[in-house]
Amino acid sequence: MPTADRNGLSRRAWLAAATGAAATGLAMTRLDALKAAPLQDPPGQLPDPTKVPGRFVSEVGRRATGEQPRRLVRTLALSSSSRTPIHELQGTITPSDLHFEWHHAGVPEIVAEEHELLVHGMVDRPMVFRMADLRRYPQVSRICFIECSGNGGGAYSRSRMPTTITAQQLDGLLSTSEWTGVMLSTILREVGVKPGASWILAEGRDAAVMARSVPLDKAMDDAMLAYGQNGEAIRPEQGYPVRLLLPGWEGNAMVKWLRRIEVGDRPTMTRDETSRYTDPLKDGTARQFSFVMDAKSVITFPSYPYVLPERGWWEIEGLAWTGRGRITRVEVSTDGGRSWTDAALQQPVLPKSTVRFRHLWNWNGRETVILSRATDETGYVQPTVQQLWDARGERTSYHHNHQRAWRVAADGAVTFGLGDLL
Amino acid sequence: MKRQLPCLAAPRRPRCDAGIIHSLLVALAAGACASEPPPADSERPARTSELSTDAPGLPGHAPERFGFGADASPERVALWDIDIKPDGEGLPPGSGSVADGRRVYEVSCLQCHGPTGTEGPNDRLVSADEWEQWPPGRAVGMYWPYATTLFDYTRRSMPQTTPGTLSDDDVYAVVAYVLHLNGLVPADAVLDAATLAAIEMPARERFVPDNRTGGPVVR
Repeated sequence: MPTADRNGLSRRAWLAAATGAAATGLAMTRLDALKAAPLQDPPGQLPDPTKVPGRFVSEVGRRATGEQPRRLVRTLALSSSSRTPIHELQGTITPSDLHFEWHHAGVPEIVAEEHELLVHGMVDRPMVFRMADLRRYPQVSRICFIECSGNGGGAYSRSRMPTTITAQQLDGLLSTSEWTGVMLSTILREVGVKPGASWILAEGRDAAVMARSVPLDKAMDDAMLAYGQNGEAIRPEQGYPVRLLLPGWEGNAMVKWLRRIEVGDRPTMTRDETSRYTDPLKDGTARQFSFVMDAKSVITFPSYPYVLPERGWWEIEGLAWTGRGRITRVEVSTDGGRSWTDAALQQPVLPKSTVRFRHLWNWNGRETVILSRATDETGYVQPTVQQLWDARGERTSYHHNHQRAWRVAADGAVTFGLGDLL
Repeated sequence: MKRQLPCLAAPRRPRCDAGIIHSLLVALAAGACASEPPPADSERPARTSELSTDAPGLPGHAPERFGFGADASPERVALWDIDIKPDGEGLPPGSGSVADGRRVYEVSCLQCHGPTGTEGPNDRLVSADEWEQWPPGRAVGMYWPYATTLFDYTRRSMPQTTPGTLSDDDVYAVVAYVLHLNGLVPADAVLDAATLAAIEMPARERFVPDNRTGGPVVR
């Protein structure tokens, strides 16, 4: 009988698939092999594809039947979120329909042709832009991540350190896309920013009329008004028809469904930059406008609930990213942090984007804990959770970028392993 | 075609007819076509190789203004300019009392925040007296640094299922009531633009700027 059913797949089936692929020498990836089993059991369920004509072309493609990654959905009244299945994806680009979501009052229905962006305040010429106007300005594209600053909060509390948490549950509020739009500086140049201005307020057209203040320096540096995502119009869940993009900064500040930008000389102190998205510290203060996402990495394979069916060669892989530029190094430990080895970084390593790292590991079949830690171009090294506790205390709510760990048991079962190191 | 009529060329957006017509009208009205025509292809720098330093994403020969978009009248701005600054700028005329606020609360807020602002199921608005603990949760009296934020947020986002439906007087009133529940204004308080902006919140001095800078130090 199959044992230890995890993630709906029996370990026996995984073992069969993995060894079968190896034996036949098929060019299957490891994840393919682990996941392909249900389609082959019972064998012969599908007609031999070499003996029947395939289906015709289609206007819109679809995923393979056996490849159906899903966001993990959580609904709290109208404030709802869904998490990207980072443990099931490859490369760095998140398929747009799997990009994480966190909405404060749902996804608004907006007709692009009726949408307007008002830019006013300390400007020479208050203006209204329709989407056709915005699309006509010189266009730029860049690849960067968006991460909710609450990502990783599921493994910060000493008293509630989980073991059965997936990489998706823990760090799925992270996605990477190629974004296309117009530089915000281009639009601000058009309206003419007055001397003395130092902040903007960005406001959305959702039912929360979500608003955040952003320093003008960032607005003039690399901020974008993004209307394209991965080659098509930005998805409604990501802010259709236009969102603010602040590469490397916390996702909440990248206001979706953008309808208004006010240029001013001070922050507005909205709910989401005072009562939310601030970081209470152990010294009795609360850190405010903590925009930048510091360097972080997470191993996505092996991770809970994967099971390694046998000892031997496995490739540890994961994602690393920093809001402060480029990741320069990712190290992996396979002995609970006693020794570290540089992982290979998949090129190109883009600034303020995710990079996939890999480390080929010959597992000896004994229980161990594996970890990763990232270093960015400023020399910042992803801290341990103890370092964050020492610096901030244990009751802070955002920016949990500490090292993650996975415990690999002798039977191959993988669980979240940070608690094993404390 | 494109070179002769630079302002009419909209190569990337053929499907938004209404929007293009709008932008054309705006561009023509603004005299945007007065800008220089683009250089011949051989002279045109690649966008990535010759960016002007003060305007990332723009080639060096970009005009000072493109003229795409419409001027926004003061009335148009006022329609959406709803934010309240921490010094009270933006607060509308009107006023509301704690007593009126209680009635607003019971109709529009109690269902999610509980009879006394402590029961939930949604955010706890009123704190118990737990100053020895930090952080003390997100209750208004403990963690909100500005009273103006409560007006701004209530008016823009609340009530959650019918946002934007409270009158300005009702918002003043319910803000007064919630502040009263937190012990910050007396039972006979009446709030308006001046009195609301003058309220000093207990958490105000606790908020500090981000001191993380990258580099080797963990903060």
